Amino acid sequence: MTFALAGNQNCGKTALFNALTGMRCHVGNFPGVTVEQKIGEIRGKTGCSVVDLPGIYSLRPYTQEEIVTRDYILNEKPDCIINIVDATNIERNLYLTMQLLELDVPMVLALNMMDEVRANGGTVDVEKMSRELGIPVVPISALKDEGVSELVDRAIEAAKSHALPVRADFCAPDSPCHRCIHAVMHLVQDHAEAERLPLRYCASKLIESDNDIADRLELDGNERELIEHCLVQLEAESGLDRNAALADMRYAFIETVVDASVTKCRESREHRRSVAIDKILTGKYTAIPVFLGIMLLIFWLTFNVIGAGLQRLLQFGIGKLSDVVDGALTSFGLNPVIHSLIIDGIFNGVGSVLSFLPIIVTLFFFLSILEDTGYMARIAFVMDKPLRRLGLSGRSFVPMLIGFGCSVPAVMATRTVSSDRDRKMTMLLVPFMSCSAKIPIYAVFVAAFFPGRGALVMFALYVTGIVLGILMALILGHTSFRGKPVPFVMELPNYRFPSPRSVGLLLWEKARDFLQRAFSVIFIATVIIWFLQSFDYHLNPVADSSQSLLAIVGQWIAVLFKPLGFGDWRFSTALISGFIAKEQVVSTLAVLAGCDAAVLYQALPAMFPSVVAAVSFLVFTLLYTPCVAAVTTLRREFGSRRATLGIVLTQCGVAWVAACLVYNIGRLLV
Amino acid sequence: MTLNQLRVGESAEIVAVGGEGALRNRLIDMGLIPRTKLTLRKVAPMGDPIEIHIRGYELTLRLEDAANITVAPTGQSAPAQPVAEEKPTARESGGEAEQ
Repeated sequence: MTFALAGNQNCGKTALFNALTGMRCHVGNFPGVTVEQKIGEIRGKTGCSVVDLPGIYSLRPYTQEEIVTRDYILNEKPDCIINIVDATNIERNLYLTMQLLELDVPMVLALNMMDEVRANGGTVDVEKMSRELGIPVVPISALKDEGVSELVDRAIEAAKSHALPVRADFCAPDSPCHRCIHAVMHLVQDHAEAERLPLRYCASKLIESDNDIADRLELDGNERELIEHCLVQLEAESGLDRNAALADMRYAFIETVVDASVTKCRESREHRRSVAIDKILTGKYTAIPVFLGIMLLIFWLTFNVIGAGLQRLLQFGIGKLSDVVDGALTSFGLNPVIHSLIIDGIFNGVGSVLSFLPIIVTLFFFLSILEDTGYMARIAFVMDKPLRRLGLSGRSFVPMLIGFGCSVPAVMATRTVSSDRDRKMTMLLVPFMSCSAKIPIYAVFVAAFFPGRGALVMFALYVTGIVLGILMALILGHTSFRGKPVPFVMELPNYRFPSPRSVGLLLWEKARDFLQRAFSVIFIATVIIWFLQSFDYHLNPVADSSQSLLAIVGQWIAVLFKPLGFGDWRFSTALISGFIAKEQVVSTLAVLAGCDAAVLYQALPAMFPSVVAAVSFLVFTLLYTPCVAAVTTLRREFGSRRATLGIVLTQCGVAWVAACLVYNIGRLLV
Repeated sequence: MTLNQLRVGESAEIVAVGGEGALRNRLIDMGLIPRTKLTLRKVAPMGDPIEIHIRGYELTLRLEDAANITVAPTGQSAPAQPVAEEKPTARESGGEAEQ
């Protein structure tokens, strides 16, 4: 049996899904779109799976999430819909329920956060509400795991007996809306039956002027005209336009249900607390300083304390393991080439990518807390104005900010951007935010060329990235991302303590996802780079790295960098190896310069014709292709190989042009 | 008057929701329909967007979108403070659902 879990955003849907399924779930995408689809088996009920549908407010065909939900229920026909509703915000939550009820699928209402309602003196007459709505209603608390097993029992019962919602007619008898809906239903009844679509749903969608449905029902011109007549009459009689009239009918019904069955609580403790917290967190003078403070704290904790500590530990472990294996292989007398493949290729390459894992997990830990507490919505509220000029919304701010730490979690974090257009645009801009793995490169160059002026140089680089990112956003907004941004109409949920289980599960999902990629694409990429580094073109192992295939490739493409001032093959070679992880630029340069990475800064000035050329190299490093881990993440989140290749090529192109400008203008000035 | 002209702390009743397309329908779905009461809670630190309290929850929307919503003030519970000097783009209420 398949159950579909549907509900608004911020109503505790993820918490319920986790409570239903525990650890066992499969994360993928809905076919053809990058909307996340989670499927899990209900605990203790073999053969019962539950699909987590995206959090939506309505079933209009505007966003991908709404379309996915509609298509899933209409086409996949789940055995039962579990509609989760936030009992503390019941009116607006029931609006989606009204629309789900029209779909002619057995349905159970899960009234979540009942503990909060009760604690604040509110009650819900479940029996009465169930009678009014015509479906079973089960009060639950997903966070505390209360009522969940009863919910499962009722859902299985409804699915087994195929108990359709008793009632689908919510309009007041003899109201303009009632007449219109029923007239339209009569008109399209045979079409809906032929297409096996729920009749009431078809009528509602036709009133909302949903052309997808009109086409699917194959209505002819005459029928469409008749429907239009009904609609004109509806508008004339109700004094509202068709969309407002229908919504008005739904909300009017909800109000009667709520009046009959709900004793509203006094202003809840949670709400009072939220208002108090918001005095500071979205206060006129405090919002931005506090926000910057929180982000700095997160970065500091990630890159200096927790993440960095874990990273050192992991590197230490990998180093030790690699030493042990190295020793064992030597004493075993393994073929030196295979030996090198294992130690220099696999351990070194995968190890360096893997050492990102602690950073990614730690950053994601903080991000999921920001999201689950409700603070992320506040950041979007505070930061919306400046981002709007770029054609984005406040939602994009945090992912881009995370980009300064690491592009991988930044791209993953774009999942919190609700509109697909904004999400893709945000992902395109993330590579312009200079990630922390590039800092070692900057540091070496600063030591070599600008001793004592590090802060200024770094600042200039970061600003260059941001400015180019803004330019890119403006260009994209006028070209491939023209069209209207999705409206920024966002709920500010009450602040809540995040559920440790949800945060833990999310971290586990993200870490597992990254590891899977680390051991597939990233593994292959590191082996390829190792191969190029270790062999010459006769396929003999090389002793001198300048004879390697990588050096040869470096020499070929070095020509490309001549106009940028650094035509030396060693730089192009280092840039190629930087594709694995940006820090590798430094280690490769050190190897090729024949010195230790610690004293590379002494060797660098001799390798560059001028300081301007070194700056040009830095600008190129700042902007060129993201590393393999980021590229595979982009590929996954974008869901398109072509678009990802496009991003890589665009970044390289932008980097080349920018570095070329810097070099040539700089040469004239100096 | 329109929603963007409301002052912080002021309450009003929606008279008409103008605008068109996805945005208008989103507003309607979120419960902004004629005769609904709302209170302006807050203005974002940079002056835009605004936060309103409606149907028991908090909603944010941009001033330019709020300008499409005609409201009738019903009362005031906090000292007046202008929200925005933006000119209201007075649109006709209702508006056909576009294709």
